[in-house]
Order: sequence, then structure tokens, then C-alpha cells
Amino acid sequence: MNSLKLTYEVDGEDFTRAGEASSNVKKQLRKLGISPEAIRKVAIALYEGEINMVIHADGGNIDVEITPQKINMVLKDHGKGIADIDKAMQEGYSTAPDEVRSLGFGAGMGLPNMKKYSDEMRIESTVGVGTTVYMTVNL
Amino acid sequence: MTPIEFAKKHGLEVASEGEGDVRDISGIYCCDLLSMVMGRAKEDNALITIMGNVNTVAVGVLADVSCVILCEGIQLDDACLQKAKEQEVCILYSRESNFDTALKLAKDLGLCS
Repeated sequence: MNSLKLTYEVDGEDFTRAGEASSNVKKQLRKLGISPEAIRKVAIALYEGEINMVIHADGGNIDVEITPQKINMVLKDHGKGIADIDKAMQEGYSTAPDEVRSLGFGAGMGLPNMKKYSDEMRIESTVGVGTTVYMTVNL
Repeated sequence: MTPIEFAKKHGLEVASEGEGDVRDISGIYCCDLLSMVMGRAKEDNALITIMGNVNTVAVGVLADVSCVILCEGIQLDDACLQKAKEQEVCILYSRESNFDTALKLAKDLGLCS
């Protein structure tokens, strides 16, 4: 069976627009009749990724591939990169600025939430070059 | 109990009806940290918070809560409210604190006496 591919550009300038790609993917998955549980997992994992791209990387690109077996997500940015991935994965560890905290984010829950809601997750990051996060949700 | 039923019973303002008359509240999640909400709130929970910005609306959509109850008289600005209506998120306004609002809802849901 064929796969469906969706591509989004995340605007790094506008924190308030973060979530548009995730909302759109959610709508598409609903139309395809994907289970609500899988949709919720994808929506949460992607939204946290979007927020991270806006906070830390001045935006980036999201590619979503939907196959009959799974949903693959690739989030690529050209931000400053993650120096210590293990540390970044710890709940409560955050390098987000204060203005982000005042909006309810920057609690150090983003990457842990992404791991929690995806069935597979892998991070490739080079300091000064950027970060790519690969996530999969099985159907 | 639906969010609209709860609002009518206790005199909360319905700022955005969304799907508030068709979804049943499955439980309560109280938190102002939106990332925590994303990770921990369950589907169809009522989210009780004082965090009222456009990201609250996005979290409401993506975490799939049945409603967002903004407490302490906090209200969304016009642009956020418009977004909530477009995305069919039920937004209620409570003049009471997170705790007092949650207590009433918990009683109505039979979670405490």
C-alpha cells in the first residue's frame, strides 16, 4: 500500500503559531480513520517537537510519513544543537529562557514527553550544526 | 457530565462552546505548566489552569481534553478566543481558584463527597 507524506515548515519567529503543523497532522490522521490513541500520541510528540524548534532552533522542517503500519516523523532544524543528549532527556532539565517559562513551557518535559508518546525515538545532533529527531508511532 | 452542564450548574461563563456539549468529562487535571499537561493530562479530562494564552488552546487541542477551565477570572484575549472557537475547544471561565473549581467538579463527577 502507498504511504502518505506531509511536510511542514515551522516558523521560528512566532511562538504563538507553534502547534499549527501538529494540529494539521491531527486533522489529516482523523480523516484517514487512524485510532484516537495513535493520533493523540502523534499530536503530543509532534507538538513538543515544534515547541522545541521554536524555542531552541529558530524553526525547522517536519516530515511525516504515514504507512499502514506506522507513522514516521522527522524533525530537522539548523539550530545550535544539543551538547549532552542524555542530560537533555532528563525530566526537569531545560535551557529555555525565562520568557518561555512564563508561557507555560521550558519545564524540561519536552524531550521526555516525545519519548513517552512515541514508540521509537532517536536524536542526532551536532553542536553548531543542528538537530534531527526521528520518531515513530506504530499503528 | 459535559463541560456545558458543569458550567450551567455553577454559573461559569462559556467563552467557547466547542465540543463542550457532546463530550463527557473523564476526570480532572490541574496544572499551569503546559508541558506537564501535554505529558500527563488524559483524553477528555477537564484541564483546570490559570495559564491563558494561545498555547493553552493548542495544548487543549493536541492533548484532546474535553474542556479548559480558566480560573481566578483570567480570560483569553480576542485572538486566542477566536482560535479556540475555530479549533472547537471548549473554554470556560471560573471566578474561583483552581482548587475550588476542581473541588466542585470532583464532587459532580463523584470523585469525592
